[in-house]
Amino acid sequence: MEDFLISVFKMAVPLLLCSLGTLFSEKAGTINIGLEGSMLTGALFGALGSYWTGSPYVGAVIAMCSSMILTLLFAFFAVTICASQIVMGVAINTIATGLTISLNRIFLTSNGVVRVNGFKNIAIPFFSEIPVIGKVLFNQTLPAYLAYILVFVTWFVYSKTDLGLKIRAAGEHPTACDTVGINVIRLRYGTLLYSGIMAGLAGAYISTGQLSAFSEGMISGRGFTAYAAVIFGNFTPFGVFRSCMIFAVGMGLQYRLQAMDTPISYYFWMMLPYLITIVALCIYRNRSNAPKYSGIPYAKN
Amino acid sequence: MNEIKKNNILIKMLKASYYPILALFIALILMAFVIEFMGYDSLNAYKALFTSSITSLHGWGETLAMAIALVFSALSFSIAERSGLINLGATGQLYMGGIAGILVATNFEGLPSVIHIPLVLIAGTLAGGVYGSIASLLKNQFGASEVVTTMMLNYIAMHFCTYLISGPMKNPTSDLAQSKSALSTAVLPILLKGTRLHAGLFVAIAAIVFYYVLMYHTTFGYQARVVGMSPTAGEYAGLKIKRNQLLAMAIAGGMAGLGGAIQATVIDVRLAIDWVGNLGFDGLATAYLGGHSPIGIGVSSLFFGLLLSSANKMQMLAKVPSSVVYLFQGIIIILIVGRRIFQLGLFQKWKMYYVNKKSAATDLREMTLEREELNKSDSLGATMKKGDNKLWKIF
Repeated sequence: MEDFLISVFKMAVPLLLCSLGTLFSEKAGTINIGLEGSMLTGALFGALGSYWTGSPYVGAVIAMCSSMILTLLFAFFAVTICASQIVMGVAINTIATGLTISLNRIFLTSNGVVRVNGFKNIAIPFFSEIPVIGKVLFNQTLPAYLAYILVFVTWFVYSKTDLGLKIRAAGEHPTACDTVGINVIRLRYGTLLYSGIMAGLAGAYISTGQLSAFSEGMISGRGFTAYAAVIFGNFTPFGVFRSCMIFAVGMGLQYRLQAMDTPISYYFWMMLPYLITIVALCIYRNRSNAPKYSGIPYAKN
Repeated sequence: MNEIKKNNILIKMLKASYYPILALFIALILMAFVIEFMGYDSLNAYKALFTSSITSLHGWGETLAMAIALVFSALSFSIAERSGLINLGATGQLYMGGIAGILVATNFEGLPSVIHIPLVLIAGTLAGGVYGSIASLLKNQFGASEVVTTMMLNYIAMHFCTYLISGPMKNPTSDLAQSKSALSTAVLPILLKGTRLHAGLFVAIAAIVFYYVLMYHTTFGYQARVVGMSPTAGEYAGLKIKRNQLLAMAIAGGMAGLGGAIQATVIDVRLAIDWVGNLGFDGLATAYLGGHSPIGIGVSSLFFGLLLSSANKMQMLAKVPSSVVYLFQGIIIILIVGRRIFQLGLFQKWKMYYVNKKSAATDLREMTLEREELNKSDSLGATMKKGDNKLWKIF
C-alpha cells in the first residue's frame, strides 16, 4: 500500500506541473494542444542537460528554456498571427517529435542508451519520520515539492489576486478587457510562456526524475492527459489537483494490474483517463467553468 | 470564349497554388539550415531524398503506396474542416477501420476476391464512420468540443487495438502481440512487382473524385461549405447544422476507416502494436498543404508520400535521421496556417506605403483632371459667379 501511494504521488507530479501551468493559459483563452510537444522537448533537453553537466537541476532549467522557446513559437503564431490554435498545436507536436528523435539519435543514443543523473530525494527532517505519510509526502524530489506547493500558489493567484482576475477575464471577454485597459495580447503571451515552462519542467521530471533516461515518444499522451485534467477539473486549481490525483491513481493501478491477473484487461484501465475526460466534458456542459472565448484568437482592430 | 474560360481556370489554379509552393520552398530552405546545424551535409541529404525516389520505378511505387495512405487521412481531415469541424481523430478512425478490415479479412475463408475485397473495404468504412460520428454526436447532444473528444478517442482506439491483438484477436502461433495475417483473397493486388504499390491507388483516386463531387455538386456539400465558412449564416439560412456536421463527421470517419482497412490489410497485412503511427497527423499536414482542394490533396499527398517513403533512404545514404521529415512537416503546417505572417511588420509597411502612394497619386490625378475640365469649359469668373468654389478647394 505504501509503495502504491508513493508511486501515485510520483506519477501525479508531471501531470500537476503541466496542468497547473495550462490552467492559466486555458483561462486566458488559448487552447494549447502543443503541450505534448513541449513536454517531449522538455524531456529530451532535461536528459541532455543532465548528461552534459551532470546535474539534473541544470537539465531542468535547460528543459524549461527549450520548451519555452517552442511555446513562444506557438504563442507568436496563435496570438499575434491569429492562426488556428489547434492546427498550430498539432504543428508544434509534429516539430517536437521530429526534433527530439533527431537530437536523441545524434547526442544520446549514438553509443547505446545513456543513463543520466536523476533528481535525488530530499527528506524533510522531522516530517519524514511520520509513519506512512512521511515516506509518501515528505521524501520527494524538488520538482515534486514544487508541484504540490504550486497547487496552493496557483489557487491563491487564480482566485485571490488581480492578475488571476485579469487572466480569467481575458478568456471570458477579451474585447471588454481591452476596453478597460487590460493588455489581452500580453496576458495570453505570458500565460502561454508560463505553461510552456511548466510543461518543460514536467517533461524533465519524466525523463530525469522517473526513468533517468530519454526514450523516443516517452510522453505517450501525458500532455493530452494533463490537458484533459484541466477540463475534468473544470478549470479550477483544486479541481485540477483532484483530477490529476485521480488520473495518477488510474496510472498506478495500471502497473499494479499489469502484474496481477485480473478479469478486466489492463488495457481498459489505460483507456480510463480518456473516457473519464469525455464523460466530464459531457457532464459539465451547463455549469462549465470553461472560458467563453476559448480558442478564438483576439485581433485588436 | 472558351479560351478565356480556360485561362481563368489556369489563373485560378495558379493563384491557389503559388503560396503552397512558396511555402514548400521556404520550408526546404529552412530545413537545409536545420540539417546543416545538426552537422550534416544538407545538399547530400536532399540528393538522397529526391533522386532515388524520382529516378527509379521502385521509388515511384513506394511513393505512390505511401501517398495512397495519406489521401484517405487527408480527406478525412478536409471533409470535417470544410463543414466547420476539426477532426483530430483520424488516428482513431484509422485504427477502427483497420480492426474491422482485418476482422473481415482474416475470416470468411474461401470467399472469392471479387466479394471479399469489397467486404473488407466496406467494413473498414463503416467502422471508421461510426467511430467518427461519436465525436459529432457528443457535440450535438452535450456540446462537448470535438477537438478534445476526437483526441481522446484516438487513445481509446489505440488501447482497444492493443487489447484486441494481445487478447481476443491474437495470432495463437506467434509470441508477438499481433493478429493473424489477412487471407490472400482479401488483399488488394499489387500493381508493381517488387514495390508495395497496390490497387488501392484506384480507390484513392475514386475517393478524391468522390470528395470533389460531394463538396461541389451536392446539396450536402454546398450546405457543409456554408456552415463551415459561417455557422451563423448557415443557421440564419435555416440549414440543419447539427445534422450536416454529423453526416460530415460520419463521412470523414468513413474515409479514414477505409484508409485504415487498406493500410492494415495490404501494407501491414496484420495488426501490430502502434501500426498507425503518425499517419493520422500526416494527413493533417497533407490536407493543409493541399489547401483542402481535391487536386491539391492529390498533389500534396504525392509530395508527402515521396518525403515519408524516402526518409529512410536519406538516413541510410546521408546519415541524416529520418525523423527530420516530421520537422519539415511541422514547418510546412506553420507556414500554411500562419500565412498572415507575410502581412506583418515590414511587409505590411511596404504594402501600406505602396497602396497609399498609389491612391494618393490617383487622387491627385483626378483633381488635376477636374481642374483642367473646369478651366476648359468655363472661365474663372463664370465659375465664381455660379458660386462654385470647387476650384479653390484644390489649392
